[in-house]
Amino acid sequence: MKDPKVLNEKVVDVPLRNIHKHDVVIVGTGLAGLWAAIECKKAGLDTACMTKLSMPQRSHSIAAQGGTAASLGNLEEDYWEWHMFDTVKGSDFLADQDAAEILAKDAITIVREYEHMGAPFSRTPDGLIAQRKFGGHVKDFGRGGPVLRACYAADRTGHVLLHTLWQKALELGVRFYTEMFAISLITDGPKCAGVVTWDIKSGGLHAFKAKATLIATGGYGRAWKITATAYSYTADGQYMALRAGIPLEDMEFFQFHPTGLFDRGILMTEGCRGEGGYLINDLGERFMKNYAPEKMELAPRDIVSRAITSEIEAGRGINGGPYIYLDIRHLGAEIINTRLPQIREISIKFAGVDPIHEPIPIVPTAHYSMGGIPTDIDGRVWYDGKSQIFSGLYAAGECACVSVHGANRLGCNSTLDASVFGRRCGIAIVKDFANLEHLPLEEDSAKMAKEEIEFILNQKGSIRPEEIRNELQTGMQNYVAVFRDEKGLLKMVSIIEDMHKKMKDMFVSDKSLTYNTTLMEAMELRHLIAAAEAVTYGALNRTESRGAHARRDYPKRDDENWLKHTLYFRDESGFRFDYKEVKITRFFPEERKY
Amino acid sequence: MGNLYKLTIFRYDPESNKTSTSKYEVEVTESHWTLLDVFRYIKNNVDDTLTFRYSCGQGICGSCAVTVNGKSVLACETQMKFLDSFDLVVEPLRGFPVIRDLVVDHSVLDDKVRKVMPWLVCKKDSESDKERFQSVEDRAKLDGLYECIICGSCVAACPTFWKNKTFLGPQALLYACRFMLDSRDEGKNERFEILADKDGIYGCHTIFNCMEVCPKELNPGKAILELRKMFMNEEF
Repeated sequence: MKDPKVLNEKVVDVPLRNIHKHDVVIVGTGLAGLWAAIECKKAGLDTACMTKLSMPQRSHSIAAQGGTAASLGNLEEDYWEWHMFDTVKGSDFLADQDAAEILAKDAITIVREYEHMGAPFSRTPDGLIAQRKFGGHVKDFGRGGPVLRACYAADRTGHVLLHTLWQKALELGVRFYTEMFAISLITDGPKCAGVVTWDIKSGGLHAFKAKATLIATGGYGRAWKITATAYSYTADGQYMALRAGIPLEDMEFFQFHPTGLFDRGILMTEGCRGEGGYLINDLGERFMKNYAPEKMELAPRDIVSRAITSEIEAGRGINGGPYIYLDIRHLGAEIINTRLPQIREISIKFAGVDPIHEPIPIVPTAHYSMGGIPTDIDGRVWYDGKSQIFSGLYAAGECACVSVHGANRLGCNSTLDASVFGRRCGIAIVKDFANLEHLPLEEDSAKMAKEEIEFILNQKGSIRPEEIRNELQTGMQNYVAVFRDEKGLLKMVSIIEDMHKKMKDMFVSDKSLTYNTTLMEAMELRHLIAAAEAVTYGALNRTESRGAHARRDYPKRDDENWLKHTLYFRDESGFRFDYKEVKITRFFPEERKY
Repeated sequence: MGNLYKLTIFRYDPESNKTSTSKYEVEVTESHWTLLDVFRYIKNNVDDTLTFRYSCGQGICGSCAVTVNGKSVLACETQMKFLDSFDLVVEPLRGFPVIRDLVVDHSVLDDKVRKVMPWLVCKKDSESDKERFQSVEDRAKLDGLYECIICGSCVAACPTFWKNKTFLGPQALLYACRFMLDSRDEGKNERFEILADKDGIYGCHTIFNCMEVCPKELNPGKAILELRKMFMNEEF
């Protein structure tokens, strides 16, 4: 590595290479972005999709394993009302029930549409889409036993859904821009004119003018050390929104998935437990009987994650270590090979463990962001978080908060959220289109992006991005994970303040404009810090325990004070909070027992 | 004490249009380290100009395929302890245009797969209130075909592709076979117009390198033979 103290010989100037004009520009090509693209293109709009990856099919939706929920009732009785109830109860009553109702109802048509587009779902003996059990999916408004609701394609559900949508988008002729990294929104007050991007391959900025701009950039699991999410999951969309003056909603609720492969965090799908897998501590005990005696391993994720962490903290991890076992040996080779083949492959490749013969070492892993950019039920972004629309701007998928997951998301509802609300967003754009216009592009619209990039390339600091990233990930893992308390959260606050100082002294020695991944990661790091900040301050602010947000110093849910959504605003002068009511239509909050 | 790995890595600087190699020595102390971990270690601690592509880190997104000691692999899932040598020569995927260092142009893959009508062809609208029937046996025909992650390993290992850049290549042909064997598809005739050609199913020299290197253990060579058999028997 070059000596960072040596002054740079040349000052890099970043060029604006091109200005593009489309009706609709979609940032992100996961399930949400592609669904919206398909709807817009079907209606005849000139639609462009961009991804910072080298192909749409590399989007992180591909990693979804176990399934997508829909009350098709292909194998046993099931109703959308039951699905809606489970979603609301699973959310610890923080989900907006008008949105949860849409999620559960539209699930049925969306899964059928996937099938019509060609998704190769696994099948029942009757030739229908096969369904399996998943955590928190039960019969009869929470009173009955587990229900077969998760539609799946072995344990590659995300893979088949993403490929299917890409295939459809291709057939329709959607325009794709790959290796385009979105940096800032072009705005004029609360109106969006498009987006400025960095062309990773050739280096240089591009301005995309659009009547409608959709942010569908996914989550930010890379703020933690142990995570199931891709390296590309870095809060890019959330950061763009924050800087345009838009708040982020409910960021303190970040889901840890109970079963990440020790110690990398790669997901071992909940489908393992849905098929009958057990969790076992060092005493060989199925400890879930002490935490959720009725639902056992099929309790929702927040509950199972806390149970595992509690066992490890009590010294009952395997050999006293920081992990426990997921045991699927009793399912037998045939079920493992047909329904969980990828789990077997990952266990063998990454842990050297063949789950047919040995239990899998697992640990809770950072997984899913319940919070995000606040939207109405059609993906239109709320400028103030609750009532005023940011014209021409939309958000869907994990980066958005509509909110269907509230404080805790049920398994199989993420692919569903992205699909249902991605599609609704596309339909809304088509509906709104007549009233949208191309705003004039100001000459300095790329200024913010240009300054940011040139700052990183030209600053003469002494700290490498990796050092700062490591501090961020370790801090979040230690203080803002499955359990939180004031002391730890305050420690994270001081780490964040320290990181802000260090960012001013950050140095990259790669000055190239072509495929400069060091530059890109430095930009992503800035996004991650902004998201981590929202999570940490939000968690410190919310003095109760609800869903995935478990405060040791406030162990009870407090509906009187906290049955409300957090809105986190941030600008250069600091941050502030606002709140909004939870929409309750059918189900009133009750104690959450499993 | 860990194991000392000596890496010779191909470099290409597009701005000066020069190729070279860089040598790095990395001591691997963590038993679960992968090749991607080693690349990241070099980038973060030794030389931040070393450029490679990656995303999921768990063998499913297909971003990080490179050539190691002559064989295409996914860097993220290649465990250092399972490599059979401590001396590693790392190059970009073979036969692809190089953008920088280990990063190749993936649009080669995209262009090829787009040619084979990679979508389910439905001539008539299906009833929207229910899914179509597909027997367990018919669905099983798609196993070994639909799992492709388009990483390019098979294409890079295909000598026919090295020589003939217009050959559709193992990945696109495997992807085509996934639709040709789908009981719901109605596009077999049209797709055969595209496939039954010297740049298509007859371009393959049945060398089966593709099968050897596929990280998902798929067999594009077999898929190509399957397509030839379908064409011969006019099962379409």
